[in-house]
Amino acid sequence: MNEKRHMGLRTLNRISNTTIYILLIIISVIWLLPFIFIVLQSFRVESTYQVGYVIPHEWGLQNYINLWNSDFKRWYLNTFIIALASAVLITVIQLCMSYTLSRFRFKLRGPMMRFMLILGMFPGMLTMIILYRVLSDLGLTQANAVPGLILVGVASSGMGYYVSKGFFDTIPKSLDEAARVDGATRFQVLYKIILPLAKPIVIYTILTAFMGPWGDFVFARYVAFGTSSGYNVAVGMYSWLTNDQIARMYTTFCAGGVIVAVPVTVLFLCLQKYYVEGVTGGAVKG
Amino acid sequence: MKHYSDLEFLRLSKGQRIGYKIGSFFYGIPRAIAGLFIKLWNLLKAAGLTVVREIQDICATFVKGDWKTKISFVIMGFGSLARGQALRGLLFLLFEVVFIGYMVVAGGHWLSLLPSLGKLGPTSEYNLVLDTYTTVYHDNSFKILLYGVLTIFFIIAFIYTWRVNVKQNKISEQILRSGKKLKGSKDDLRSMVDENFHATLLALPMTGIMVFTVMPIVFMVLVAFTNYDGAHNGFSNNLFTWVGLDNFNTLLSWSAGSGGGQSYSATFGEILVWTLIWAFLATFTNYFLGMGVAMMINKKGIRLKKMWRTILVMTVAIPQFISLLYVGKMFARNGLINLSLLNLGWIKEPLPFWENPTWARISVIVINIWVGIPYLMLITTGILMNIPADLYESARIDGANAWQQYRKITLPYMLFITGPYLLTSFTGNMNNFNVIYLLTGGAPTNPAASGAAGSVGYTDLLITWLFKITTGAESQYYLASVVGIMVFVVVAFISLVVYNVLPSIKNEEDYQ
Repeated sequence: MNEKRHMGLRTLNRISNTTIYILLIIISVIWLLPFIFIVLQSFRVESTYQVGYVIPHEWGLQNYINLWNSDFKRWYLNTFIIALASAVLITVIQLCMSYTLSRFRFKLRGPMMRFMLILGMFPGMLTMIILYRVLSDLGLTQANAVPGLILVGVASSGMGYYVSKGFFDTIPKSLDEAARVDGATRFQVLYKIILPLAKPIVIYTILTAFMGPWGDFVFARYVAFGTSSGYNVAVGMYSWLTNDQIARMYTTFCAGGVIVAVPVTVLFLCLQKYYVEGVTGGAVKG
Repeated sequence: MKHYSDLEFLRLSKGQRIGYKIGSFFYGIPRAIAGLFIKLWNLLKAAGLTVVREIQDICATFVKGDWKTKISFVIMGFGSLARGQALRGLLFLLFEVVFIGYMVVAGGHWLSLLPSLGKLGPTSEYNLVLDTYTTVYHDNSFKILLYGVLTIFFIIAFIYTWRVNVKQNKISEQILRSGKKLKGSKDDLRSMVDENFHATLLALPMTGIMVFTVMPIVFMVLVAFTNYDGAHNGFSNNLFTWVGLDNFNTLLSWSAGSGGGQSYSATFGEILVWTLIWAFLATFTNYFLGMGVAMMINKKGIRLKKMWRTILVMTVAIPQFISLLYVGKMFARNGLINLSLLNLGWIKEPLPFWENPTWARISVIVINIWVGIPYLMLITTGILMNIPADLYESARIDGANAWQQYRKITLPYMLFITGPYLLTSFTGNMNNFNVIYLLTGGAPTNPAASGAAGSVGYTDLLITWLFKITTGAESQYYLASVVGIMVFVVVAFISLVVYNVLPSIKNEEDYQ
């Protein structure tokens, strides 16, 4: 009797595991298919518009050659510069902010954090109009959009301190105190003790700051509007999918998508561990 | 409503318990709102008291202070200089000089124009040199408002610095009176990397936030009270000016918009309702399905865990604009899906993914699931692994089946830990511009809302509507600003209510 029940449980388990495998395979396929489609279509040369089949009838590199001959190089370079500058500057700003708010107890700390929480409830889109006008007065729009986008992106990045603050909160304060007792200044505590321990969160911040600009769309479009040399990849490639261009540029868009996605994805997969740590920690601490 | 104690609660039947929970949730809302107002009142009272106390303190400092302190009331930093704190004194003095200089040269001018936002717009005048009529620009409402706001910020900063200056004198006098020595400039510099290190670290980030976030928000909130739009852009055609609450009236009034059709308030209401439905569905479908996927991968006996995870995580890395634009086009009328189905002969007509309002709304939610699950899977995986395994073991010994284990252990634990995340995710989805704009651009157009600014569509959220208003031909910035303020009000309201009600839910569902 008992034996029978045991057997029943085992088959039940096997059935449920098989179902899960089937589901997981279906899920993986659904999640990967669009990307496989993009790659396949980027090699299609017989037509440049959308068709009702996936595997190209005629393979070739024509779309990549088109890409090379278009403004895409410039857009890619723009995005790369923005991403690199953001990765450095945003990381510095966010770490300053989160470290201070996690470690120091000063009079304005509470009001400041509450103030930023409230600021975050305003839709950021609202400020685009005036930021555009200010940037345009400074001469940092259209063709000069790149420094303008870096400036705005970096300047307002202090608000995104939550995830790294959560991380700093987990480093025991007794470490700081011990060093302080030994006569280290606050600066030395940060530089010699905290930073080496904070490597995962530093990498997480660099990674997210670097990846952000590749998808930055609305504000970049607003700032560079109408001047192709100031576009980033997202704005430029969006213009290829508008109704009057899609028939000519659809497969080129796919090729561009591959060129943009591959380096970012490889970088991401290499540093996946840190990303997962950051995301999980951030969600738990809110 | 009757309040049950824990024991009484346990004696209720299942249905009554659910009823009680729901009842007490809604019962808690008015109290939470009332509590809010009380808090606000207390805050105001505290602020008022602080101001009174500060003024008293300033007066006392002046009356009791020596001549150095008294002169410092007019010449900032004089006391510090006279007492040998050169660096501090010079900084105070410099700030005062810069401030007065700015106010004389420019600040006063902008401030005096702020109430009117400019008197004279561009005029056409005869130009002797060119022998023709040219446009001459005079006042610029935009600059007046911008620099007016900046000047007010500057004045506030000055008052604060002046106050610090006065306090410095008071403290210095106290220190000297007790026979100790004052800190010199060298100590001041050293303190920047030591006890005042926080100020050094925060200086740059906070300046950035002040200039590029706070100032624009203040400016845009003020725009809601003006008639700033494409036809009144403040410099090259007409000046704009203050209109009071007119714009709020326009948005909330029941009369029809300029182009006929339904009223603004009806359009606004429709978009708001869809925004809330969208935010709710987008948050919870992602949450539960993401958790489901994470649980499947985490289940004991499932192999290749790392591979399944990597496949999903990879899609997080690919920039959203690529995946969203591509998938959006895939479902288009002449996209891959429709063409393939037509080729196979399964359908005769293309499916109206983006043409039919209901189809479009369902499609964005489904595609959003596709976008969001990997992310949620990542978040929940870590938390799921932290649930103590012995909880499940003892549940299994007690004969609980998988569903009961999920219902009684996993779900309460998850909700408890991720409560705040759910709230931020909800408000984030309310402002989820990318998914909607890149997939549909708000389409299909809602013909009934043609009277409202921008071409309003059935999948438009408040945030995409706001964007359309500012970029359309009419560019009704003032209306966009009002919509933005409304979004803020809704988000703030939901956050506050949930935060105030959340602890009670937490306690009820507390796991130990």
